Amino acid sequence: MSEDILKDLSWLPRAPDDFRKQRRALSDKAGPIGQDLRFLATHQLSDSQLTQLAQSIADLRSAGADLSPLVPFRLGLVGNGTLDLLAPLLVASAVRHGIALEVVQTEYGQLMQEAMSPQSGINSGKCDAVLLALDYRALPGIGSPTSVNDALAFIGALREGFRQNGGAISIVQTFAPPAEALFGHIDRVLDASPRGALDRINTELARSVAASDDALLDVAAIAELVGLANWHSPQQWNLAKLPFDAAYAPFYADHVARLIAAIKGKSRRVLILDLDNTVWGGVIGDDGLEGIRIAQGDAVGEAFLAVQANALALRARGVVLAVSSKNTDSVARGPFREHPEMLLREDHIAVFQANWSDKATNIKSIANELSLGLDAMVFLDDNPMERDLVRRMLPQVAVPELPADPALYVRTLMAAGYFETIAFSEEDRKRADFYQDNAKRVALQASAGDLDSYLASLNMEIFFAPFDAMGRKRIAQLISKSNQFNLTTRRYTEADVAELEEDPDVFTLQVRLTDAFGDNGMISVIVCRPHGDDAWEIDTWLMSCRVLKRRVEQMVLRELVEAARRHGKKRLVGVYIPTDRNALVVEHYAELGFTQVATDATDGRTVWELDTATEVPEAPMTVHRAAQRAEAEAAQ
Amino acid sequence: MQDIYDKLTEILQDVFDDDEIVASPELAAADVDGWDSLAHVRFILAIERGFGVKFSAAEASAFANVGELANGIAAKRSA
Repeated sequence: MSEDILKDLSWLPRAPDDFRKQRRALSDKAGPIGQDLRFLATHQLSDSQLTQLAQSIADLRSAGADLSPLVPFRLGLVGNGTLDLLAPLLVASAVRHGIALEVVQTEYGQLMQEAMSPQSGINSGKCDAVLLALDYRALPGIGSPTSVNDALAFIGALREGFRQNGGAISIVQTFAPPAEALFGHIDRVLDASPRGALDRINTELARSVAASDDALLDVAAIAELVGLANWHSPQQWNLAKLPFDAAYAPFYADHVARLIAAIKGKSRRVLILDLDNTVWGGVIGDDGLEGIRIAQGDAVGEAFLAVQANALALRARGVVLAVSSKNTDSVARGPFREHPEMLLREDHIAVFQANWSDKATNIKSIANELSLGLDAMVFLDDNPMERDLVRRMLPQVAVPELPADPALYVRTLMAAGYFETIAFSEEDRKRADFYQDNAKRVALQASAGDLDSYLASLNMEIFFAPFDAMGRKRIAQLISKSNQFNLTTRRYTEADVAELEEDPDVFTLQVRLTDAFGDNGMISVIVCRPHGDDAWEIDTWLMSCRVLKRRVEQMVLRELVEAARRHGKKRLVGVYIPTDRNALVVEHYAELGFTQVATDATDGRTVWELDTATEVPEAPMTVHRAAQRAEAEAAQ
Repeated sequence: MQDIYDKLTEILQDVFDDDEIVASPELAAADVDGWDSLAHVRFILAIERGFGVKFSAAEASAFANVGELANGIAAKRSA
């Protein structure tokens, strides 16, 4: 029964009866169509329906339709089985995760040639990533004495080939062992058995992927979830070389899609909880503190405690928690303050909205208070009407369907994979605190009156340093994830960042900020490149939206202007390249006193200049510089 | 038998994305736009799921037309 939760993608609402009609109606719509596509894709769709949706997307594309706000991504698809059935499923599932996916496919069986030849279809296809959809049948001689090393060398060569010859990262799959044991229980420890060998290969692969900027698709875990005997279908392999039972193809495709979304920095970050019958059993306003069910030892109560424990585990890995409940505020807070069995407490909740407004309005104000987009939100509510309302009013918010039995809430929520991530750093762990502090800052701002005295009361300290090995991972993460406050949206990998550290012609800055409420971590990244003899062009300027309206950008400019002067530069050249996400900074350079010198009619970019003799006023914060002396020496 | 044909019509329309297809005993791959080997695999898989039956590879490639297929389904369901 709970395998069906996975196979049927049961966190999604059922497909509308007139799915085909709705899908066809898309081609008649004018203007950007991405939001409508995403709404339709966010249902339990069969493989036929997904295939049809992919066909519609292909048709819309060739008719020149505007797919925004979907983010484009080109995926090379290689493997050892039949992938033709899978490709359209990937395209349609990616839409569900905000991605306009194009799949580049290759000839069956030409794996190594595809990787090694720069002219191959994949390598010349400008892929962002290549999915290595290999299963154990791609590893001949598995169980032979050298098979583990052979397999690792084979996959390593593919990854290296696509990186060197096509500039693409790899999405590397782990291997689901076959359903048949060779020796029996001792397979686990015998490299001479497929299971033993694949176990070791999987462990080594995962380790090597984690140390690179490739991404891991843990197919072994997916197969474990649904059961190996279900996953592998000998009939379907024989019939059409399908690498796994087609019944799981929509589930697999959703996993690939969520991983791509995570690579593009589109994972969700906030879990908004309803209270009555979601976080506890019963209605606090009717049943009172003694009546609600959250006790250990009570089968119903424990189901709700599991929801709370899961929320806390998510919070510990950086997911921000918020509450949206139709209740009187003091009544809703009662259990958080006074109920001895509650795991969640008020200080775990970044924004607490208990009132009688509709939930869509509340969710919007939660997003505002956290300075995060609606597409970062997940809303958990047992009430089907509330779910439906939020889906219709705010289609960007993810709203999982929930089964009737609260015992399955956690499994359903987690099966949806909303918080998929490709890396985990210390900063991620602290993120829930960051946002919580930020919400407090918003509250303080409301009471502090004028902005200057508010900023002064924050006791901000700003730290400037050039790129270095220590900050590299976080710098690369910010570069790959920042969409809103990002002037040029140029993406660099960790390897690129390492090169920038060494490049003597390039000026780099990583910026950290602390304040009265805590450490904000790294919040801004700058890359300048030479522009003629006497100028720097600001190649990259991005900033975390957490620190908007704090005059941080002004202080960064001050730092930049001083550095430019030290390097003998007369001008700073800034470029704004518009995307569908960065309208926030369209006036960035104007607001900082730059003069516009050019506009490009084709992509709408604007070019700006500032004389480095300009005196940029100070903002209320203390400045620290990590490597000022080293840099001054380098400049001489 | 009519219920099998009704359901087959539904599956055919879904797999081939065509509201006009109606399952009849004589209908064969050559009569339907887009019924290539890959679509045949999708069709067989959809039938297996829709009727809760399983075909061997030999059975799946042996049906000459929808009539034979419907008989095959009926035989499996009564077995």
